[in-house]
Amino acid sequence: MQKGYTLFWLLPALIALVIYPIVTNNVMLRETVFLILLSITLSISLNIILGFTGYVSFGHIVYYGIGAYFAFYLMYAYKVSLIVSIVLGGLVSAAIAFVLGQAVLSLRGAIFAIATIGVNEAVKSLINNISILGGAMGLYFDFSIYDNYGGALKAIWLSYYLMGTLTILSVIAAYYIKKSKFGLGLFSIREDQDASAVLGIKTKLYKSLAYATSAFFPAIAGGIFAFKAGNIEPSGAFNLVKSIEMIVMVMLGGYGSVAGSALGALFYEKIKSILLVMPYVKDLHLAVSGLILLIIVQFAPSGIVGFLTKYFKNLRKVLE
Amino acid sequence: MILKGTNLKLSFGGLVAVNNVSFEIEEKTIFGIIGPNGAGKTTLFNIISGVYKPQEGKLFFKDKDITNFPTYKRARLGIARTHQIVKPLSELTVIENVMVGACFGKKNYNLKQAQKVALDVINFVGLSTKMFTQAGQLNVAFKKRLELARALANEPEILLLDEVLAGLNPKEVDSMLNVILKIKQNGITIIMIEHLMHAIMKASDYIMVLDSGEKIAQGSPQEISNNQRVIEAYLGDPKLAMQLVGAK
Repeated sequence: MQKGYTLFWLLPALIALVIYPIVTNNVMLRETVFLILLSITLSISLNIILGFTGYVSFGHIVYYGIGAYFAFYLMYAYKVSLIVSIVLGGLVSAAIAFVLGQAVLSLRGAIFAIATIGVNEAVKSLINNISILGGAMGLYFDFSIYDNYGGALKAIWLSYYLMGTLTILSVIAAYYIKKSKFGLGLFSIREDQDASAVLGIKTKLYKSLAYATSAFFPAIAGGIFAFKAGNIEPSGAFNLVKSIEMIVMVMLGGYGSVAGSALGALFYEKIKSILLVMPYVKDLHLAVSGLILLIIVQFAPSGIVGFLTKYFKNLRKVLE
Repeated sequence: MILKGTNLKLSFGGLVAVNNVSFEIEEKTIFGIIGPNGAGKTTLFNIISGVYKPQEGKLFFKDKDITNFPTYKRARLGIARTHQIVKPLSELTVIENVMVGACFGKKNYNLKQAQKVALDVINFVGLSTKMFTQAGQLNVAFKKRLELARALANEPEILLLDEVLAGLNPKEVDSMLNVILKIKQNGITIIMIEHLMHAIMKASDYIMVLDSGEKIAQGSPQEISNNQRVIEAYLGDPKLAMQLVGAK
């Protein structure tokens, strides 16, 4: 697959997005951008299993939660440093995804989607009942933990930098996977798994590796988020609503497209931020995200990017 | 001998799809398989390509027992196939489809090499005008060519062709047949299932006839076309047919 020009504009745009709150030293804006970056990371990662490989991982937030809990507990109980904790959280989550993938990825279509919801709920219930992880109440940092990072204020900035770095890395990783032989194998599996096996692709291994990769980045994001928040609880870490939002973002942008996942996340966050502040309705964004998903599936199954490239064929090389 | 099957058997529930079938295939020949609908031809292909495991019997590739090899490993050995019901990777372009065959085939090419191979193969089967078309948008004749191109990109030693001529018009059949004969000249062993009698009689060196999962005959095209059992399998009982005609 020929490399296009997507990263030439996407990366500078992302870097500009990350830098803008730093330059203007605007704390409010930093919080907004932090959430956008988190969404982009989640959406880019989910796209690897959903868009590249064709598996609708409905409960994908479980890997975010596992990573968050693992990293948080390392910092909380063993005072392990932030970077080491989040990276370990990512690796553990990816390993769990790889092992679980051996089983659940044999399922196809809707049954796979339902199984992943089951996995998420099962892990949530499990953690609800483990008292050293705080059970349903969760865990709270002692504020002194932030002293190692120059105080709480600096720690928040640090988590922002880390999230920015993670987002950029996940975009680069997703793009290079798409353009690699591995990516070609994944797309082949998406189109026809049985034909792929006949063509010589180790489908099981490829699917599991894609699943593990798509679990890795959300897990690190979870670790960063938990560190910044200073607390963690099962209902926040394994929030199925977040999972659905991830799917909406990928579908909105255009599944299979790296630029699409980023744009989808950006647009969704924008819509959400408008709806969230409307005074007379609560949780309207959830209804709207359901509506968006319906409209996309019905009228534009390949999302914004699919819509654009259909009418402007020249855009294909820049919206991969 | 490049491929050998001994006493292969596979049943689905009570239905015996392939029953006690043995065969030996010589290198660089075209081995035709014919038989009425439901004779077990495609099932036999599925056993050879590893989609199904036989319940009894063994399969040897160059004297190596491959009965328990998974599907992808057989592709890597150089056993490539086309599907009777075409399976294009619909949202990928033609060249990407063919590159998949090259990337994960016998030579395990990287993307760059695969692209080169894919270009050659696409030209060879006559798909060059459709190179950047999405596979799902091709018509049946081109989809069949794509199946063939993808299998060839594997650079296989054995090529399994499952009704690549079905659904083509006479002109397309002729040009496809030429492609198949050219593939044979390049030293690839071909096993083909075909319903078009004149085509398979013309192309094959040997023909095996299956009926209700069993092998009822094998021989040169000449022998097969004069074989009593084969005629019966295709037409029913010829004597009975004659009697009925005579009675009228």
